Amino acid sequence: MSDTVEVTLRAVGVLAAFLVLPLLVGQTEHKVMAHMQGRLGPMYAGGFHGWAQLVADGVKFVQKEDITPAAADKRVFRFAPAVALVPYLVALAAIPLSPDVVAADLPASAVFVLAVTAVGILGTLMAGWASANKYSLLGAMRAAAQLLSYELPMVLAVASVCLAAGSLSLSGIAAAWSPWWLIFQLPGAIVFLVAAVAELQRPPFDMPVADSEIVFGAYTEYTGLRFAFFLLSEYAGIVVMSLLFAVLYLGGWHGLLSDQLGWLWTLLKGFCIAVVVIWLRVAWPRLREDQLQRLAWLVLVPLALAQLALTGVWVVTTA
Amino acid sequence: MTALDVAFAAVGLITAASGLLAVTTRHVVHAALWLVVCLGAVAGCYLVLGAEFVALVQLLVYVGAIVVLVLFALMLTRAPIGPNSEISTSRLHRVLAGVLGAGVTALLAAALVPIAGPAVERHDTSTTQVAEQLFGTWVWPFEILSLLLLVALIAAMAVSRMTRPEQAADEVQAAQVQAAQTPSESA
Repeated sequence: MSDTVEVTLRAVGVLAAFLVLPLLVGQTEHKVMAHMQGRLGPMYAGGFHGWAQLVADGVKFVQKEDITPAAADKRVFRFAPAVALVPYLVALAAIPLSPDVVAADLPASAVFVLAVTAVGILGTLMAGWASANKYSLLGAMRAAAQLLSYELPMVLAVASVCLAAGSLSLSGIAAAWSPWWLIFQLPGAIVFLVAAVAELQRPPFDMPVADSEIVFGAYTEYTGLRFAFFLLSEYAGIVVMSLLFAVLYLGGWHGLLSDQLGWLWTLLKGFCIAVVVIWLRVAWPRLREDQLQRLAWLVLVPLALAQLALTGVWVVTTA
Repeated sequence: MTALDVAFAAVGLITAASGLLAVTTRHVVHAALWLVVCLGAVAGCYLVLGAEFVALVQLLVYVGAIVVLVLFALMLTRAPIGPNSEISTSRLHRVLAGVLGAGVTALLAAALVPIAGPAVERHDTSTTQVAEQLFGTWVWPFEILSLLLLVALIAAMAVSRMTRPEQAADEVQAAQVQAAQTPSESA
């Protein structure tokens, strides 16, 4: 009986984090972008600096009519947002905030998170194809090409960390972390961050949703709550990737008073990375499709392979 | 009948049903999407049988990459929404496919049924064990397989880039004309 209660509690905890953290990142994006661009941003909803803007947006999305285009493949069209959103919820369950604060401590959680987030792209592809819209199809094709290219350097970068730690578990990796990793895993960390931003299709890698060219890519035909789910999956993706970066490269809960406040350290480090992801959006213009592919195959993949080789040599010589 | 038996029966059933749907549906993209379900359920089978790492790699490689590639390729074709009668196969092909499928099933059954003894204890296969087998006992087949894949990759690239001499000359000329017209922008 107590097992059932514990599983329920853990599931509810993950769901609560899944609902709160993306909103927090979204609000931060509003405010950080506004400050960087010398403007106010949303200021009225809720009173203090427009803190309730995202809640108001949510209410607006719920009220909107849920339209399915007549020519669309209806079942696939309706099912696509769930396929895009749920993988991030599942991935979040496997990310440890501290040795004790983790919903599901799996033996191979690093591979688990990568494998599960790779499923999310199918939602975009389903949406793009089922919409029966040229812009949607173009967006989905761009998304597929981009995610296939950036999946490889990302997996290689994570493999390098796993090799250095001698563990596939995120808890094990963070436990084996030492400050030296900041230097010798730096190329891998950069590759991971760039690939993560590209996987999330955030600027400067937002070719698949380039609004000035193809309206909103695969999500063009969506309205209301289903559209909101796609937006939520983007912010949930930022949360998952930032926390993953914090655990893999920044030592997760290592810090002052890490026995009591470890989870806070992980959240804080993850939040800093989320701010960097937002910063990248403001700082760089969109990359062209050929530049995107060139960056992935000619820069990131060789860099990740070199990092893997370096880590391998280091592990063998120090073992 | 334990919970694991029930779980294995469930994922097995899903695998078989989605596989059947993938080959019988007339919607090209639906076939690819049923393939996603099928390959995901195969990962579930591995998981129930205690091979966690193999299940995750199945998910990462097949669902995350190969089916995405299949869908991408389908989007480059005129994969229409709705049933597509053009992709239907002839009666002869169906009979042949049925015979072939039955033959493979019979062969597997003939090989596997005699060695199936009483129920064995399920034990988890750790990633270390998988690695030791893969890079110890089976290292040569593994490496030769990767060499085969590399050869296939390079050959595919060579085939796609191969041009007849006169065609190549045309292309060079066209590229020069285009380069003269548009100023270089790939700085």
